[in-house]
Amino acid sequence: MLRNQYDTDITTFSPQGRIHQIEYASEAVKQGSAVVGARSGTHAVLACVKRSVSDLASHQRKIFELDTHVGVAVSGIIADARVLSKFMRNECLQHRFAYESAVPVGRLVRHVADYCQRCTQRASKRPFGVGLLVAGVDELGPHLFETCPSGDEYELWAMALGARSQSAKTYLERHLEEVKQAKRDELIRLALAALRETFAAVRDAELTEHNCMVAVVGIEEPFRVYEDAQVAGFLEAIRPAPEPEGGSATGAPSASEERMEDTS
Amino acid sequence: MHTTEPIVTGASVLGIQCVDGVVLGCDTLASYGSLARFQRVRRIVQPGADWVLGGGGEYSDLQEVARLLETMVTREYCQEDGVVRAPRAVHRYLARVMYQRRSRLDPLFNSLVLAGRGRFLGVVDMYGTAFESHVVATGFGSLLALPLLRKAWRPDMRMEEGAACVEHCLRVLFYRDCRALSSVQLARVPAEGAIEVSEPYELGELQWHVAQTVA
Repeated sequence: MLRNQYDTDITTFSPQGRIHQIEYASEAVKQGSAVVGARSGTHAVLACVKRSVSDLASHQRKIFELDTHVGVAVSGIIADARVLSKFMRNECLQHRFAYESAVPVGRLVRHVADYCQRCTQRASKRPFGVGLLVAGVDELGPHLFETCPSGDEYELWAMALGARSQSAKTYLERHLEEVKQAKRDELIRLALAALRETFAAVRDAELTEHNCMVAVVGIEEPFRVYEDAQVAGFLEAIRPAPEPEGGSATGAPSASEERMEDTS
Repeated sequence: MHTTEPIVTGASVLGIQCVDGVVLGCDTLASYGSLARFQRVRRIVQPGADWVLGGGGEYSDLQEVARLLETMVTREYCQEDGVVRAPRAVHRYLARVMYQRRSRLDPLFNSLVLAGRGRFLGVVDMYGTAFESHVVATGFGSLLALPLLRKAWRPDMRMEEGAACVEHCLRVLFYRDCRALSSVQLARVPAEGAIEVSEPYELGELQWHVAQTVA
C-alpha cells in the first residue's frame, strides 16, 4: 500500500513539492456520499445523500445545524466531521456570549480552516478527512463556503462534494446563472436536481425521501433542516421529465480546476 | 497589585438619543483626588468608525479600555472581510470585559457610555452591569443630570436640541459637582454619516451670582 517513501508522515514534502498525506485526506472526502450546496442572492441551500450501512440500519445524517443562521453539510469521515461541527458550534456560542450577535459566516469558516491547517503542519497530528460545505447568512447576505482537509477555504455560488459529485458539479456549472437568480424553492429544486445527477450512473438507485436531506437558510429565514416526509414535496418538484443531458456526465474526470469561485 | 481605589478620575458622562442620532458629552477634567489636576484631557475616544466611547472613573483604566477596543478594531480590519462589529456587539463585549475583571477581583474602575450608529446608546459600569436607554448619565450626573435629561427628552427630538440639552446639563454639573469642569467635549453620532467629536471648548456665560442663594 505504500505509494512512496514520502507519504509516511504529514510533515515531509515529496521532491515534487507535494504532501501526500494531505492528498490522501482529500481522497477521503471523495469517498463520502454526495453533498451539494448552492446559494442565490437571498438564500443558501444544502442537500445530501444519506448512506445506510444496511437495510437494518438507519441512514447517516450529513447536515448539521450549527446556529440559527448557519449550518454545514459534510463529506468524508463523519466522525471527523462531528469534531469540526462541535468546534464550529462552540465558536458560534462563544461569539453570541461575547458579542451578543451571530458570528459572520466567513469568520467562522476561516476559523475552522485554520484549525484544519494546524493538523497539516505537525508530526503528531493527522488532517481531518472531511470536506465541509458551510451555508449561512450574515449582515453581508447569504454565503456558501467549502473547506478542505488541507485548510483551504473557498467562497462559492455552488459546489458538490463526495462520490460521483462531478456530475452534480457539471449540472451546477450549466445552471449557474439560474442558481444566482433563484428564489428559495427554485434554489432547492436546482440543488436536488444536481444531487440527482450523482445517481445517473447507478442502477436501481434513486433519490427518495428516505435517503436525502435538505437544509435552507435565507435572509430573514433561520437555518432549517428538512428530512424524511418533509422533503417529499421538494422531490416532487424535480420528478417530471429528467433532463436529457443528465445521463452523459457519468464519468468522474478529476477536473478540480472547475471551481465556480465567487468573484463578488 | 490590584487597584483598590481610583486615583486620577473623570466625572460624569451624559448621553441622549434623538431621532437623527445620539449626542454624547462630558467635561475634560481628570481630577487627582479633589485637585483639578489635568484640565484638557479627552474622555471621549473613537477607535472605530461606527461608535464612540465616553468614560468616567479611573483615567488609566479608561486608557486601558480604549487600548482594548483599538486592538479589537485593528484585528477586525486585518481580517479584510468587510465585516464591522455593530455598536451593540461592542457594548456587549465591554460588558463581558468589565464583568470578567470584577470577577477576578481586579475591576476596571470606570463607568462607560457607548454611542453608535443606528441610534445606539448604552452604559456599562465597573461591575459589568450593562443596559441601553434613551437617556443616560454616569457618576454624579446620574443624580443631577438624569432627571433633567428625562424631562427634556422627546421622541421627536433632533440632535441640535439634544446637544443643547446635554450642554445645559454639563453646565448644571459644573455649578454643583466639585469634580466637574467648564471645559467640555461633545460627540455627535448621526444615524447615518460621519461621527463628529468636538474639540474641548469652554461653556460660556457662567453666572455665579446665584451661588449665595444656594446653601
